Amino acid sequence: MNHQQPLSYRSAFMLILKRDLTIAFRHQDDIFNPLLFFIIVVTLFPLGIGPEANTLSRIAPGIIWVAALLSTLLSLDRLFKSDHEDGSLEQMLLSPHPVFILVLAKIFAHWLVTGLPLILIAPVLAVLLHLDENSYLALMLTLLLGTPVLSLLGAIGVALTVGIKKGGILLSLLVLPLYIPVLIFATSAIDTAAMNLPYSGQLAIIAALFFGSLTLAPFAAGAALKVSTN
Amino acid sequence: MWKWLHPYANPEKSYHFTGKLLPWFNYLALIFLTVGLTWALLFAPPDYQQGESFRIFYLHVPASILSMGIYLGMAIAALSSLVWQLKLADASAAALAPVGAVFTAIALFTGAAWGKPMWGTWWVWDARITSELILLFLYLGVIALHNAFEDKNLAGKAAGILALVGAINLPIIHYSVEWWNTLHQGATVSKFGKPAMAAEMYWPFLICFFGFSFLVAAIASVRFRTEILARNSVRPWVKALVLAKEDK
Amino acid sequence: MPLSEILSPLIEARQLSCIREDRILFEHLNLAVFPGEIVQVEGPNGAGKTSLLRILAGLSSPYDGEICYQGQGIRFCKEQFHQDLLYLGHLPGVKGEMSAQENLAFNLSLHGLDGEQAETTLSEVNLLGFEDALASHLSAGQHRRIALARLWQSKAKIWILDEPFTAIDKNGVQKLEQLFLAHVAQGGCVILTTHQDLSFDKVKKVTLNYRFY
Repeated sequence: MNHQQPLSYRSAFMLILKRDLTIAFRHQDDIFNPLLFFIIVVTLFPLGIGPEANTLSRIAPGIIWVAALLSTLLSLDRLFKSDHEDGSLEQMLLSPHPVFILVLAKIFAHWLVTGLPLILIAPVLAVLLHLDENSYLALMLTLLLGTPVLSLLGAIGVALTVGIKKGGILLSLLVLPLYIPVLIFATSAIDTAAMNLPYSGQLAIIAALFFGSLTLAPFAAGAALKVSTN
Repeated sequence: MWKWLHPYANPEKSYHFTGKLLPWFNYLALIFLTVGLTWALLFAPPDYQQGESFRIFYLHVPASILSMGIYLGMAIAALSSLVWQLKLADASAAALAPVGAVFTAIALFTGAAWGKPMWGTWWVWDARITSELILLFLYLGVIALHNAFEDKNLAGKAAGILALVGAINLPIIHYSVEWWNTLHQGATVSKFGKPAMAAEMYWPFLICFFGFSFLVAAIASVRFRTEILARNSVRPWVKALVLAKEDK
Repeated sequence: MPLSEILSPLIEARQLSCIREDRILFEHLNLAVFPGEIVQVEGPNGAGKTSLLRILAGLSSPYDGEICYQGQGIRFCKEQFHQDLLYLGHLPGVKGEMSAQENLAFNLSLHGLDGEQAETTLSEVNLLGFEDALASHLSAGQHRRIALARLWQSKAKIWILDEPFTAIDKNGVQKLEQLFLAHVAQGGCVILTTHQDLSFDKVKKVTLNYRFY
C-alpha cells in the first residue's frame, strides 16, 4: 500500500537543519543583529555603572548572562515566524515525520546561528568587563551548556505566540521567568570559579536542565505549534 | 471513573451542577471567614515576639498556600485537557488563573506589609518571597497568553500548555531560588525558626484557611460558569437560558 | 456509483461542526470521499471552505466530530495519513532565500519524494530557466507554481487543494485539470475549492452556505 520510502529520523533532521542554515546564511542580519545587540548591551553597563575594575569584575557574570538571555529572546522570533507566515510550517506539520524531530532540528539550527556566536564573542566581552581570570573556562562552559537551554525553552514560547500579531512582548513575559534557573546556576558557577573553588556541581545542574529541556521542550513546542497553526 | 465523570464533561450539565454548588461555597466561605477572621484578629493571642503585627499571618499564609495550590489545580486541569481532550478542563484552567494571580498578589503585599515591622524593610530577597514573585509572573504570562487569542478554545489550549510548562518549571525555579538565597545570604535577613504553633493560634488559622479555600471555590465557580457560557454561546441551551432570563 | 458501495472511503468526515468567532460555519457535516472522486467545495466567501479543508487535512481541530482515514481516526494513524496526503493551502510555503529548485527539492524530500527530480518537475509548471533564481525575485504566481509542482511527483492518494488555480493562466489550469483526472483514474481523490468552473463534469459538489448565527 505504502510505496513511499519515508525518510529516516536522521535524514529528516538533517534536511530541516540544512534548509534552516541555508536560509540563515543567505539572510545574515538574523545572525549579526542579535550578536550586535549582545555586545552593545554589555558595553552599556560600564557606562552606566562606572569604569571601576573591581565593581565590573564583580558583576560581569550577571551582565554577560542577562545580556545573553535578552539577545536570545530577540533572536527567537525568527525560529518559527517566517515559516508560519509563508505557510511552510503547515507543510512541515503535515509531513510524515514526527513533529519532535522537525522542531528539534529547527531549534538546533537556531542555536548554531545565534547561540554559538554568543559563546565565541563572550571572552572578548569578558575582557572588557575585567572578568576574573579563573572564570573564563567557567563562562565558556556555562554558555555552552546554558544557551541550548535558552533556545529550547524559548522555542516553546515562540511556538505559543507565533500566531499572535504582536507577540514580541508577550514572548518575553512568557519565556524570561523560565530562564531564571539557568541564570542562577550559570552566574553562580562563574562566581565560584573566580574564587578558585570547584564549580562542577553547578555545571552538572545546568547539564541536567539541558537534558531535561532537550527531551521535553520539543514536545511542548510541537503541541504549541499545532495550536498556533489551527 | 469514566462513567462517573462523563456526565460532567457535558457543558450544560456542569453549568447546572456548579450552579447548585455555588450557594454552598458562598455560605461556607461566609461562615468560615466570619468566624475565622473574628477569632484571628480579635481573640487569638498576640505573638510574644512579633506582637499584634503577627495577625497578618492569618491572611498571608492562607493566601500563599492557595496561590500555589491554585497553580497546581490549573496545571492538572491543563493536563487533563491535553491528554483527554476535555474542553471543560480548559475552561476551568482559564477560570482559575486570575484567581490564582490575585491570591499571589495578596500574598506578596501582605508579605511586604509584614516584612516592614519585622525586618524593617518592605522587600527582602528571601527565597520564598522571590519564588512567590516569579509565580506571579507565571500567572500573568498565562493570563496574557489567554487574552491574546481571539478564539477561546485555542486560547485555552495555548494557556494550558504554558501552565504545564510552568508547573514543571516551578519546583526547579523554587529550588534554584532557595539555593541562590542560601548562597547570597545577606546580613539583613534574620530568619526566625519555625515556631511550633500554639493551639489557640492554630485553630483560627485553620478556619481562616478553609474560609479562603471556599472563597476561591466560589469565585472559581462563577468564573467557570461564565467561561462555559462564553464558549457555548452558539448552543441552543445557552440561548434557551438567556431567553428564560429575559422572560422573568 | 456502484463502485463506492464496494470500496471504503479514503477520507471521511463524521458529524463535523466548526465554530469560528462565535459563528457556526457548519454543523453535523458528513462527507465521504472515495477513490476516483473529485470533490469541489462550494460556497460564498466566509462560508468555511478553507476551514473545512484545513480540518480535513488535520491542521485544524473541529469543534465536534472527527476525520477518518481508511476508517480510522486520523489522530491514531497520523504518520500513514500524512504519507498519503498532499495539502496545499493559500500560502505557497516558498522561502524567498532559496532558489526555485531548492524550494521544490526541499518540499519533495520533506514528503519522502526524490529531491533530485526537482529540476525536471519545474519544467512541468513552465519554470524552466528560473530554477536558480531566488524565490524572492519571483512573482506570486510563480511561487504558486513552485508549490503546485509537487503534484507531478506526489504519490499521495488524497489531494486537498485550496484554490489551486489562483494566479495560474489558462494553459496551466488546463494542465492541472488533466493531472487531476489522471490522478483520480489511478485511484486517488481530489478535494478542492475554486471560484472557476471546472471543465469536466465528473465532480461531486459540496455546498456550504453562509450562516449568520
